Amino acid sequence: MAAPKIIVIGGGLAGLSAVIKIAEMGGNVDLFSIVPVKRSHSVCAQGGINAAKNLKGEGDSTWQHFDDTVYGGDFLANQPPVKDMCEAAPGIIDLLDRMGVPFNRTPEGLLDFRRFGGTLYNRTAFAGATTGQQLLYALDEQVRRYESEGKVKKYEHWEFLSAVLDGNRVCRGICAIDLRSMEVRTFPADAIIIATGGNGAIFGKSTNSVVCTGSAQSALYQQGCYYANGEFIQVHPTCIPGEDKLRLMSESARGEGGRVWVPKTAGDKRDPKSIPEKDRWYFLEEWYPKYGNLVPRDIATRAIFKVVFEHNLGIDGKPMVYLDLTHIDRKILDRKLEGILEIYEKFVGDDPRDTPMKIFPGMHYTMGGLWIDFKQATNIPGIFAAGECEYQYHGANRLGANSLVSCIFGGSIAGPNAVKYARGLQALSDGNGCFEAEKKKQEESNALLINNQGNENPFKLWRELGELMTKDCTVIRYNKNLQQTDAKLVEMLERFRKVNLSDRTQWANTSVVFTRQLYNMLQLSRVIAQGARMRDESRGAHYKPDFPDRDDKNWLKTTKAYFAPDADEPKFEFEPVDISLIPPRPRKYDAAK
Amino acid sequence: MSTKSVLFKIKRQATPTSKPYWEEFELAHHPGMNVISSLMEIAANPVTRDGKQTTPITYDSNCLEEVCGSCAMLVNGRARMACSALIDNLEQPVKLEPFSKFPVIRDLAVDRSVIFENLKAVKAWVPIDGTYDLGPGPRLTQQEQEAAYPLSRCISCCCCMEVCPQFDEDTGFVGAATIAQVRLFNTHPTGQALKRDRLAALMGDGGIQECGYAQNCVEICPKDIPLTKSISEVGGAVMKQAIGDLFRR
Repeated sequence: MAAPKIIVIGGGLAGLSAVIKIAEMGGNVDLFSIVPVKRSHSVCAQGGINAAKNLKGEGDSTWQHFDDTVYGGDFLANQPPVKDMCEAAPGIIDLLDRMGVPFNRTPEGLLDFRRFGGTLYNRTAFAGATTGQQLLYALDEQVRRYESEGKVKKYEHWEFLSAVLDGNRVCRGICAIDLRSMEVRTFPADAIIIATGGNGAIFGKSTNSVVCTGSAQSALYQQGCYYANGEFIQVHPTCIPGEDKLRLMSESARGEGGRVWVPKTAGDKRDPKSIPEKDRWYFLEEWYPKYGNLVPRDIATRAIFKVVFEHNLGIDGKPMVYLDLTHIDRKILDRKLEGILEIYEKFVGDDPRDTPMKIFPGMHYTMGGLWIDFKQATNIPGIFAAGECEYQYHGANRLGANSLVSCIFGGSIAGPNAVKYARGLQALSDGNGCFEAEKKKQEESNALLINNQGNENPFKLWRELGELMTKDCTVIRYNKNLQQTDAKLVEMLERFRKVNLSDRTQWANTSVVFTRQLYNMLQLSRVIAQGARMRDESRGAHYKPDFPDRDDKNWLKTTKAYFAPDADEPKFEFEPVDISLIPPRPRKYDAAK
Repeated sequence: MSTKSVLFKIKRQATPTSKPYWEEFELAHHPGMNVISSLMEIAANPVTRDGKQTTPITYDSNCLEEVCGSCAMLVNGRARMACSALIDNLEQPVKLEPFSKFPVIRDLAVDRSVIFENLKAVKAWVPIDGTYDLGPGPRLTQQEQEAAYPLSRCISCCCCMEVCPQFDEDTGFVGAATIAQVRLFNTHPTGQALKRDRLAALMGDGGIQECGYAQNCVEICPKDIPLTKSISEVGGAVMKQAIGDLFRR
């Protein structure tokens, strides 16, 4: 029997983790990525990766990690896969260590761990403050090794357009576009794994990379995949506002002792360093004495919003608070946080070792994503998903440093399951017509865009989308606004039909590709807005002042959106959450659990 | 201040074989703008300074925090990452050109796949037995970690190759970035297993001997990687192995 052929789409941590597992099992992989895989968004992860190795004598355990994750996610995550992930995490760290990741060390030469949000344990392994980069490189190197052995073929600068489904709606491969020649081609496979990351571009400016548009997930949702918990969007409390993006200032800054504060008096014009302790308000430490600056992100973000918009205490009257590292020894800062300090220095111009940083919350992560089962399989046979593009591990709010572990773990589950599925797959019986048909469909949609005559500029439309979604679908949500948002999205989809490309050429045309992504962003935005509108409760990152409490009776459920092609809009189902291991209890961070 | 504007001169090229030409753009100034945010603005309104409709500019970019290595180009003649090129720190007109030593794809995007081929050639990986659970990796002292980490921060942007006088089609020089990776993996306790292969890959034409010690690489590197130190260390090891091989024949 021929070796199974698996296509992996996306070369971040989740995708590469799947590729390595498949190659190791003897499968053949075609790896598709918009950018060379070494340039994937995983490089942006900074602070670290969680695993309960318990190397600090604190009595940490994988069960504690599991409990922190489920509690931090406000009980919305299905518990068995989260437990499996937390149990696998220490082994994942060992593997990365063996691959040569330069994790920071203790004086004895063991891995060092630091604290992160939502836990009281030092559980986060780290490589300076560029942990994601270091992890991605380690997996990239192993994949390059398999590539040189002929087990992996890379298609870099190719973008996924759609899955090829046969007459029984079984996935038989993909349709993709060469971003240089603009050639549209189909590629057969026994199974495909989607590992295409987040959807930050829907919010215009976010901490995400340029490629994180959610376009692939949206395309699959429009082809019949369920999209789950789309309304759960994480806003990171500490970002550096920028013209082109919001740059992340890692939670590890607080893990190493960074303190968040504002001057107690509005309009205090003094240099922050000259403001005495008695005139500073360390509001997180005051409100959450047990966790202090390391409360989960949704909690910290809402606290900052409260201080800035209700107490009107933003720095210089602007939406900003201080994140202060200046009391920490410079040598320690350089050894443990250099990467992020360098980002602040380069992009803002101040040295955070000397001056408190000015930060504000920004869109960071989607907890929601493609619906998958415990084998990482979507509802369409042959389509698997791993990483941020799926919804499985983080419930209503992700804890810091859990994303890297969920990516690598998810990929390591998806890969072998895809191979197993492929080995049992019946050959395509009704001919290759589905490939031709899909290719033609995608070529036609490109031609339509290129030739379309209208007055809507896709890049401007995108800016409007980002502003709309950031305003109404992030930190604080009101039903009236969400309803209006969806109406505006419908209007924008209508305007999209009059889109006019300023580039009609057939070589490396970024406008065509971007405009296709924009359409998919608009469709997925409706899933987010409508999901948020429906969920009348507050849970994790989803917060409605009109429904301030968690409502387990009505809403301890997974939101599952599916696309109704005839109505051209999302429909919703709800599924009970698997809470078989830890009974839900109230989530409070002002005291220890 | 709102009336202040920023001038750009951008070298454009429609296809890998077509002739390059220049276009000028004028954007309103706003605080904090950088080269990438400017290119995004041009995409939203692709009109040249003299009012001519044109196409958005093609360029590579991704993370916009100088960690993915995508957006390398020549900004005012200097090889650097465009995302961290803040307009307020640049002389005007801001001149943008693609790298000169790599094939142009379109406009500012070039083909830098050679670096990934080089990394393959020197086996820049740790040869692990498999991904199953084999316990922790080798212990490292803090000093060893602190020596490895800066080398491991290389973003494969290729700035060091663009500015190297020896790097061109004739020499086929592998470039500083790849040599630094050889040093990284040759010092790793497990990575060392492939040390001889890596050094052998750096011998002969296009190998480490092509380096002319111009030191442009270390000066331009956006991540301050100790490139010249790596070249001299690896160079020494290559020499030692070459001489050893001579006697072993």
